[in-house]
Amino acid sequence: MAQPSSTPPDDNKGPNGPRRDFLLIATSAVGAVGTALALWPFVHSMNPAADTLALSTTEVDLSKVAEGMSITVTWQGKPVFVRHRTADEIKQAAETPMADLRDPKNDKDRVQKAEWLVLIGVCTHLGCIPLGQKAADPKGDFGGWFCPCHGSHYDTSGRIRKGPAPLNLPVPKYTFLTDTSIRIG
Amino acid sequence: MLRTILIPAALAFGLAATPALASGGAPLTKQSWSWDGVFGAYDQAQLKRGFQVFHEVCSNCHGLKLVAYRNLKVIGLSEEEAKAVAGEREVKDGPNDEGEMFNRPGKLSDHYIPPFANDQAARVSNNGALPPDLSLITKARVGGPDYVYSLLMGYADTPEGFTLNDGMNYNKIFAGNQIGMAPPIADDLVTYADGTKASADQIAKDVVSFLNWAAEPEMDARKSMGLKVMLFLLLLTGLFYALKRKIWADVH
Amino acid sequence: MSAPAFDNKIIKWIDERLPLFTMLEHSTTSYPTPKNLNYWWNFGSLALFALVIMILTGIFLAMSYTPHVSMAFDSVERIMRDVNYGWLLRYLHMNGASFFFICVYIHIFRGMYYGSYKAPREILWWLGLLILLAMMATAFLGYVLPWGQMSFWGATVITNLFSAVPVVGDFIVTWLWGGFAVDNPTLNRFFSLHYLLPFVIFALVALHLIALHTSKSSNPSGIEIKGPQDTIAFHPYYTIKDLYGVGVFLLVFLGFVFYAPNFFGEPDNYIPANPMVTPTHIVPEWYFLPFYAILRAIPDKLGGVIAMFGAIIVLFALPWLDSSKVKSGRFRPVFKWFFWLFLVDCVVLGWVGGKPAEGHYIPIGQAATAWYFLHLVVVLPLLGRLEKPLALPASISASVLKEKA
Repeated sequence: MAQPSSTPPDDNKGPNGPRRDFLLIATSAVGAVGTALALWPFVHSMNPAADTLALSTTEVDLSKVAEGMSITVTWQGKPVFVRHRTADEIKQAAETPMADLRDPKNDKDRVQKAEWLVLIGVCTHLGCIPLGQKAADPKGDFGGWFCPCHGSHYDTSGRIRKGPAPLNLPVPKYTFLTDTSIRIG
Repeated sequence: MLRTILIPAALAFGLAATPALASGGAPLTKQSWSWDGVFGAYDQAQLKRGFQVFHEVCSNCHGLKLVAYRNLKVIGLSEEEAKAVAGEREVKDGPNDEGEMFNRPGKLSDHYIPPFANDQAARVSNNGALPPDLSLITKARVGGPDYVYSLLMGYADTPEGFTLNDGMNYNKIFAGNQIGMAPPIADDLVTYADGTKASADQIAKDVVSFLNWAAEPEMDARKSMGLKVMLFLLLLTGLFYALKRKIWADVH
Repeated sequence: MSAPAFDNKIIKWIDERLPLFTMLEHSTTSYPTPKNLNYWWNFGSLALFALVIMILTGIFLAMSYTPHVSMAFDSVERIMRDVNYGWLLRYLHMNGASFFFICVYIHIFRGMYYGSYKAPREILWWLGLLILLAMMATAFLGYVLPWGQMSFWGATVITNLFSAVPVVGDFIVTWLWGGFAVDNPTLNRFFSLHYLLPFVIFALVALHLIALHTSKSSNPSGIEIKGPQDTIAFHPYYTIKDLYGVGVFLLVFLGFVFYAPNFFGEPDNYIPANPMVTPTHIVPEWYFLPFYAILRAIPDKLGGVIAMFGAIIVLFALPWLDSSKVKSGRFRPVFKWFFWLFLVDCVVLGWVGGKPAEGHYIPIGQAATAWYFLHLVVVLPLLGRLEKPLALPASISASVLKEKA
């Protein structure tokens, strides 16, 4: 019997060398895979739960929103801006030259019906909620929304025109259930 | 190594056997359930039948508040069927833009709407007895599904000399042998859509299966994951053992 | 203990400034371990593994749990039903508590059989007992959180133990509750403390390991290490042996998690807490049953509480109560029998603790309680003086060679 010392024996010497190497690699690999798989339930438990996902649609009644008015509804825990645009605002949005836009998108691609603009009301800079929903709010230099946190200006199509935000206010997926109601999500 | 396992096992068995005192005296009828054992799984058709029983019979008095209508899709109801079930009862919501609370039909995301607004209302309508919520009933009783089945089938004529209180029913299983619930199950109480003959025994088995699913909806996922994990662990432990033998070969 | 040479430049740079890697090397790689440890020595590392599982699953469960009397029960059920893999995390945590105690109890009995608490390991033993006390507190606090019937009534009964304290008892109980009954303030503080204590346990485990690596591991022969021929490096010999133990442990533990997750649980805890109705049969979790039996064996409120806490406190004196010069039970022919008798006595206590306090269970519980203290306070001190131990081998390596022969 070899006298084992306080240091591990050299892996590649002796009759057991290569087999032990293989075993060591195989065991380490299987162990590593197992550990990685075991971590997934922990990570995934932080994703939205089934009841959260079940609440992922919101229905909105538009019949009481007069022209020029806006309402804010909650969808997936975020504010959604619904604005009943005036003819002026529609015209302004439609006639803006693409060259003036940081994130060039046509207004007609951002709405399903020109008078109804639906936006996720979260500034694309760092997630504040822009002002412009209430009559008394500042609406920024372009008549849309103004984010008070770092001064981003959005136009009447919710497109970024000035300030640090990189992108337009996003349009959520929505469908018209009737002429005066939509379902968001 | 064997002792290592036996001691805690013996400890555990001795202790786990203790709470089986709670019933009304008569032994429980052990049933064979489709989900028994390592490979057992729920029988979806049976769950759907059981839901029909719960919905048409039990739910008139009992709640099921931990189950959401959307969950019914798991046991084979279509989206439309589940929505229809949800819409049968109204739930208080609000306030609306006028500041009023209002009633609206249930939605898929709602939990099963209870038959009574609160416990007091439930007692008033049930001769002072409170029909328990059934969401966890098979986990919350010693004997689990066998207890619930035995109780449902445990009604009998009151024996000679037994004083039954007003409005109570004699039951061999229930603690104290007096239960407020009238015998809830009878032959042909429901008509099954899949043509299964609705004997009292069948109805009891089906509804208990459904209730067991309501209490442990994760069971199928748990068992199938368990099997994979166990096989993997056998491989890994085998490798560990082989490596241990190799590494220790020069020590002894 | 010279500093190992590291080849990697970054490791070397860090190690010269903060000897993290040297410490790691000394405690997990080159740590000289007796070569004759048997599988009973696996349960220390298994207990640590269980602790890590408990902390990990606990942190993730806390992300979805709501400590409020009107929401706690439903939030746990939401974890079971809606949170992704929530049922897995919760069942791991629930059963993990039982398996943590199984490992620790086996670890303790191993220490008792092989005399691991004797000089120079008294502080190591004390730290272990402190870990046990902290575990018991944590387990009790955690059991309250799901806010089922057993949670509520367990909390009520256990906090009421403190009312046995003369004069200030009622004051203490009201202070523990933060009200006039177990209620929302109680649940809130229990959650806070349940989250805190595992980290206290972790710190105690670190001290336990420092003490272990100072006095070195005990071993089945009970003879101290006399030279390098008695030891082998912790890595790879004991790392792989411990990993093999972890594999076997997981097979058993996960067997329960996946196939009998409520085996150690109480059906009553799936009924939401109701302060107006006490369940007919209150039992604590199995790992408290022996102590519960001791509590009930004494027909006096204060006496019962003193006996129950005394059952653990007396273990702190074990290194001096056991007067034998020989450590390992292997070489103590009479002690061996008394050890197994003591183990059976503890199992009997556990069994009685789960039975109602009536009929013949009462005298059995009282006899078992009496023997528990008699063994520790009378039998062990006498045995060391009266017993004639067997001849000890010359050294650890000699004992290994003898076994092989």
